[in-house]
Amino acid sequence: MADNSKKSANHQKGDPNTTGHSWDGIEEFDNPMPRWWVWIFILCVIWSVGYWVAFPAWPGMNQATSGVLGYASRSDVAEEIAEFEARHDVLFAQILETEPGELVQNEDLHRFAVNAGASVFAAQCSQCHGAGGAGVQAGGFPNLLDDDWLWGGTTEDIVQTVTYGIRNEDYMDARYSEMPAFGRDELLSEEEIRQATHFVLSLSGSDHDAQLASAGAEVFDYNCSSCHGAGGEGDTFLGAPALNDQIWLYGGSEETVYETIYNSRFGVMPGFTDRLREAEIRAVAAYVHQLGGGE
Amino acid sequence: MLGYIKLAVLGFAVVVAAVAAGLARDLSYQIHALIFMVSAAIAFIWLIRRVGEPAPVVDPNTYMDGPVRFGVIATAFWGVVGFLVGVVIAFQLAFPYLNFEWAQGFLNFGRLRPLHTSAVIFAFGGNALIATAFFVVQRTSAARLWGGGLAWFVFWGYQVFILLAATGYVTGSTQGNEYAEPEWLADLWLTIVWVAFLAIYMGTLIKRREPHIYVANWFYLAFIVTVAMLHLINNVQIPVSFLGSSSVPVWSGVQSAMIQWWYGHNAVGFFLTAGFLGMMYYFIPKQAERPVYSYKLSIMHFWALIFLYIWAGPHHLHYTALPDWAQTLGMTFSIMLWMPSWGGMINGLMTLSGAWDKLRTDPIIRMMVVAVGFYGMATFEGPMMSIKAVNSLSHYTDWTIGHVHSGALGWNGMITFGALYYLVPKLWQREGLYSLRLVSWHFWLATIGIVLYAASMWVTGIMEGLMWREVDAQGFLVNSFADTVAAKFPMYVVRGLGGTLFLAGAIIMCYNLWKTVTSTAERKPASAGAAVPAE
Repeated sequence: MADNSKKSANHQKGDPNTTGHSWDGIEEFDNPMPRWWVWIFILCVIWSVGYWVAFPAWPGMNQATSGVLGYASRSDVAEEIAEFEARHDVLFAQILETEPGELVQNEDLHRFAVNAGASVFAAQCSQCHGAGGAGVQAGGFPNLLDDDWLWGGTTEDIVQTVTYGIRNEDYMDARYSEMPAFGRDELLSEEEIRQATHFVLSLSGSDHDAQLASAGAEVFDYNCSSCHGAGGEGDTFLGAPALNDQIWLYGGSEETVYETIYNSRFGVMPGFTDRLREAEIRAVAAYVHQLGGGE
Repeated sequence: MLGYIKLAVLGFAVVVAAVAAGLARDLSYQIHALIFMVSAAIAFIWLIRRVGEPAPVVDPNTYMDGPVRFGVIATAFWGVVGFLVGVVIAFQLAFPYLNFEWAQGFLNFGRLRPLHTSAVIFAFGGNALIATAFFVVQRTSAARLWGGGLAWFVFWGYQVFILLAATGYVTGSTQGNEYAEPEWLADLWLTIVWVAFLAIYMGTLIKRREPHIYVANWFYLAFIVTVAMLHLINNVQIPVSFLGSSSVPVWSGVQSAMIQWWYGHNAVGFFLTAGFLGMMYYFIPKQAERPVYSYKLSIMHFWALIFLYIWAGPHHLHYTALPDWAQTLGMTFSIMLWMPSWGGMINGLMTLSGAWDKLRTDPIIRMMVVAVGFYGMATFEGPMMSIKAVNSLSHYTDWTIGHVHSGALGWNGMITFGALYYLVPKLWQREGLYSLRLVSWHFWLATIGIVLYAASMWVTGIMEGLMWREVDAQGFLVNSFADTVAAKFPMYVVRGLGGTLFLAGAIIMCYNLWKTVTSTAERKPASAGAAVPAE
């Protein structure tokens, strides 16, 4: 069956015996399995059996073997969490006892709160407000590093905003206000919106068309000043942004301002009262407050 | 008579598919129905043009290499497609603006990622496995493929499945199970093709003219049988409508997750390991022209591998809702799997003892050796990563991606390239390859590409694992997720470059194989012809 000439060509002096078969010219040596291979394999099996004795392993009719070490990943996690909480319970309790605004006066407690708040911020807030808190203008996510506040920048204000959120339907106490969509709802003509746009741009000293802006002053006076203030200084009680600075929530180009007046904006933020403990909310407020613009 | 039945079935299929396309409830299903319609119509026309012609005379003592030749071409083609998509998504991760606005919903990362994994595993790897299985089983059984034209059905049927899967991904139909994304219609079609594949393979083995079944065939058979089982069980789905692509899984909750990763891990174990070991056991001794190192080792590591692999799936679900006992079993069986996996590496490498000098002169052998080396490395890394303490660091990080790619690029890719370089001159009766220099180029580009890929993913994977768990002195987490993403950027660029090198090597291979077929001398007639070895 095997082709003899081919067979010898594949063989060398000192080769061990083959098993005697040949498939398409391929033969197999009758070498033993390498000793080290066999031994490591056996050791792995022994180690596994030992592991089964020590840890939960084989399922039975009602429950699995639980292992002599009594390990369970759920109680393991619960222990770690409990240990973490035990370490901080006293400090968190102190945070709760302190008025948010007075936290800064207790230097050690404040440092702890800021540290805890930074961790909460990284996990819960950075997705929208950015890892450093600088916000994302394209998405309308406010910058938290400056002193331009939509809903107030005292620690108490921040606690309120984080607790219930903004314009969500989950909480009655969520901060709420709504700017009319002046274009879409046909409250103003496109010409008037164009004029108001240039007036708004003029408030912050941006490039604008003086003629359109002066025509827009009247439009602004009748339609916008009740919330944004006569000089565009804004109102944190209504969540109306200040328009007399160079800080923009959705961008300060002519096109984006026009878009804002035409369609309005409706930025939302979730409330965290059901996701975070009260002390954690106070901590994250303390963290945000000290980022740069706290009042 | 059979011809007319085939015509009737195909004609009926065209009509049914056309109606289904007209009534389709979603775009994916409509495209799939059209693919079925066009495929059936092409087969119908092909058949009807041959009605009344006498059946071609086939010498049963020759090998059937037509489907193997097509399989080799398909392997090279889908390989380049799969690698290209991989390079694209690697750069999409590094530079998110490559998820172009105009391509949203078709070519964004989420749509291309399953296209990449399936193109490489199932289109490139699957075609390589089917083609080499057909080649090897005939040679080592000294028998022509069983089933006549059925092998053609398997080849073309499998290409139809690939088209169904690919078009489904980019148009957004998915079951959401990794490596099992195709929806129920594609799943059913693959089942039919796979059963035909199994029938051909078993039929050929049964009519073999060798007294024993060669070890490569054990591995191929284990691959075919187990993949059939995995595919059937993980895809138990109830279609929402027979005119739409979506379906509802029967399994739910942690059972669903367990079955998915039982499937997912054994797709690695039986598709990418057992099947490719079959390839290794034929092509390495052939190319080295040396006997296999140890028959005893091959039989031991085969049975140990087959028995242990099927248990290892739960290690994908450490520290989840999966009960602790299942996690323990997944981990320990993965550790016990280490040596059985290495048995294949030892047999591959030691087969070269007495032929080590060929590493200097034969770049194809070099490729195969590097493939076996990466196989050994990946099958050590896998058990290590399955240890719960290691897994708590490595899981969900890029380390996993690096591990998969050192296996897929290093082991599956390189052994397939070696097999293709071996096969093409044989299948097209050429004296030899067009250029060994180009094989060397391919070898170095691919090797450096893999090293860049794996190394960058180790670094970024361990880094992000450490960043995720980093806590300050008071026990608070230090990093946000976005911090870890930003930190990975340089490594993502390196990964993209590694992939680009690997792709460049594959393109060079395609050129080399093309020139081998078109512009090298034909083998002398004396040695030509694929005669069955004498009994």
